[in-house]
Amino acid sequence: MSDLFFQPVTELAARLDAKEISSVELMQAVIARTKAVDGRVKAFNSFDEADALAQAAASDARRAAGQARGPLEGIPVGMKDVISVAGQPLTASSKMLANFVSPYDATATLNLRRAGAICWGRLNLDEFAMGSSTENSAFRTTCNPWDLTRVPGGSSGGSAAALAAGEAIVTLGSDTGGSIRQPAALCGVVGLKPTYGLVSRYGLIAFASSLDQIGPFGRTVEDVAITLGAIAGHDPLDSTSFNTAIPDYRAELSKRKGPWRIGIPKEYFGAGLDPEVGAAVEQAIAFYRARGCEIKEVSLPHTEYGVGVYYIIATAECSSNLARYDGIRYGHRSKQAKDVVDLYFQSRAEGFGAEVKRRIILGTYVLSSGYYDAFYLRAQKVRTLIRRDFLNAYREVDVLLTPTSPTPAFKAGAKADPLAMYLCDVYTIGVNLAGLPGISVPCGFSSGGLPIGMQLIGQPFQEAELLAIAHAYEQAHDWKARHPVVASNG
Amino acid sequence: MSAPTDLNIDHVANLARLALTPEEKAKFAQQVGDVIAYIEQLKQVDVTGVEPTAHAFPVSNVWADDVARPGLSVEDALRNAPAQRDHMIVVPKVVE
Repeated sequence: MSDLFFQPVTELAARLDAKEISSVELMQAVIARTKAVDGRVKAFNSFDEADALAQAAASDARRAAGQARGPLEGIPVGMKDVISVAGQPLTASSKMLANFVSPYDATATLNLRRAGAICWGRLNLDEFAMGSSTENSAFRTTCNPWDLTRVPGGSSGGSAAALAAGEAIVTLGSDTGGSIRQPAALCGVVGLKPTYGLVSRYGLIAFASSLDQIGPFGRTVEDVAITLGAIAGHDPLDSTSFNTAIPDYRAELSKRKGPWRIGIPKEYFGAGLDPEVGAAVEQAIAFYRARGCEIKEVSLPHTEYGVGVYYIIATAECSSNLARYDGIRYGHRSKQAKDVVDLYFQSRAEGFGAEVKRRIILGTYVLSSGYYDAFYLRAQKVRTLIRRDFLNAYREVDVLLTPTSPTPAFKAGAKADPLAMYLCDVYTIGVNLAGLPGISVPCGFSSGGLPIGMQLIGQPFQEAELLAIAHAYEQAHDWKARHPVVASNG
Repeated sequence: MSAPTDLNIDHVANLARLALTPEEKAKFAQQVGDVIAYIEQLKQVDVTGVEPTAHAFPVSNVWADDVARPGLSVEDALRNAPAQRDHMIVVPKVVE
C-alpha cells in the first residue's frame, strides 16, 4: 500500500475495481506523498486538499452505485496551471494572474471529469509556458526529482516532476515547442503531444495558438493512451478542433503489432547531441531492428531552420495573445498608473517576467511594419517546407525515431543566455510546426543516473499507431520500474 | 555575439504597451538582438513559390448556430476584475 502513488493507472484501476482500495485512500496517499516531498520538488503552485478528497468521495459513491465511468474513475490527474479548472486558481505561473480564479472548466478538464478522474492541484510551469526549464516561473523553480540541483525541463516541468516524484498518477501538460516531451524525457516519464486539433484548446491559456496542444504525461504508454482517449475529441468551442473519430487507444495497443518502417532523420543525430543520449537512442533503434522493423535513414533537410521559424511564429502569436493582459478586466492592475494608457504600460511591466517581455518584444518586432514580410511571412513559408519534409518522409516510413532532448537534465542556472535555452528545443519544435503527434518514451539512463528519452513522431491523427509502436518498446524494457529517491521535507 | 540589427527597442516596447526600465532596455536589446541575428539565417532559404502555413491543418468556415446558450453570470464574469462597481469594471477616467 505504501507505494500506491508509484502505480500506473491500469494497476490502480484494477485495485479500485476489486475494492482493495478506495479512491479516497488513493487520494490520501497522493496528498501525503505530496506533502512529504513537494517542499523539495516544488512541482505544485497550489493544491486544494478538501476539493480533491470530495471528488474522490464522489467517485467512490459512483463506484458503489455501479456507475463507474471507466479506467480513470477515481484517479488523481495533476493539472498544469494553464488549464482551467472551475473555482481553482489559474496563474500560468505569472504575477499577472497570481489571483485569478477560473470561472469555468477547460474542455479537457470537463472531459476528465466525465471520465471520472479527480482534477488534482495546479502544477508549476515556465511563465505562460515560455521556457524549457521551469526556471521562468514567477513563483518557484521546480526541481528534477532525479537530481534536485537540475531542472525538470519545461515548460510543463511541474507536470513531469510531480508524476516522477509520485505526487500524481497522471498529469496534463501543454506543448507548444516541446513543453510536454522534453520534460517527460528529463524526468523519466512518458509524455505525448497529440496532433494539432485532436484535443480542444478551449480553456487553455493561449501562448501560440497555431502550435499549442494539451497532452498527457503517464508512467506507461498505456496510461497515456487511456488519458488521451478521455481528453481527445471534437469541440465546437475550439474552431481549430478537428472532427475525427476517436479510437479506443488502449485496445489498439495490442492489436497493432508491426513490423513498422522506422525512419531515422539524420539531421537529428549531429553536433550537439550528448553521446550517452545518442547511444541510448541507438539501442532503441537496434531493438526495433531486431524485432523485424525496417530501419531507414531519412532526411528532413530544413531541420536547421526549425528553431528560427519557431521563435518568429511563436513569439508573433504570443505578442498578439498576451495583448489581452491590459490590467482592465482581469489580472494584475498597477497602482502607479497616471491614466488609462499608462495603466496598460505599467500593469504589463509589473505583471510579466523577463522571458515573457523578451518574447513580446521579439514577436512585436517581427510583426511590425517593415519587418513582417522579411520575418513573419518568410517564417510561415519555411514552415511549409518543414511540414513538407515530414510528409515526404512518411511516403517511405510509418514513424520517425529521434532523441527527445540533446542532453539529459541540465543544472539549474546553466543556461542563462536565452538563445542557448531556445536551442534545447531543436528536436521537438518541428513536430509542432508540422502539427504532428510526438511522444517521448524513457529509453535509458546516463552514467550519472539521469533519465534519457527517445521521441517517436507519428503521422497526423495516427496516435493509435504511434502509441502501439511506443508500447512495443516499453513492453520489452523496464526503465519504468526505477523511481527517483526523494527525501522527505527536512 | 553582437547585435547588428536595427531593433528600435523604444518603438517596439511602445507598440507592445510595455514600460521598460533603462536596464531592461539595454539587456533586452542585446538578448533579442542576438536572437534576431540568429533567425536571420532564414534569409538563406529559397521560398520562391512557397505558400505560407498559418495552421498545420487549416479548418475554414466553422459555423455555429446563432442561438442563445447559458453563459456566465455577471458575478462570475466580474469575479476577476481588479475593480468593480454596480456590475461594471472601474477604470481610470478616460475623458476629461
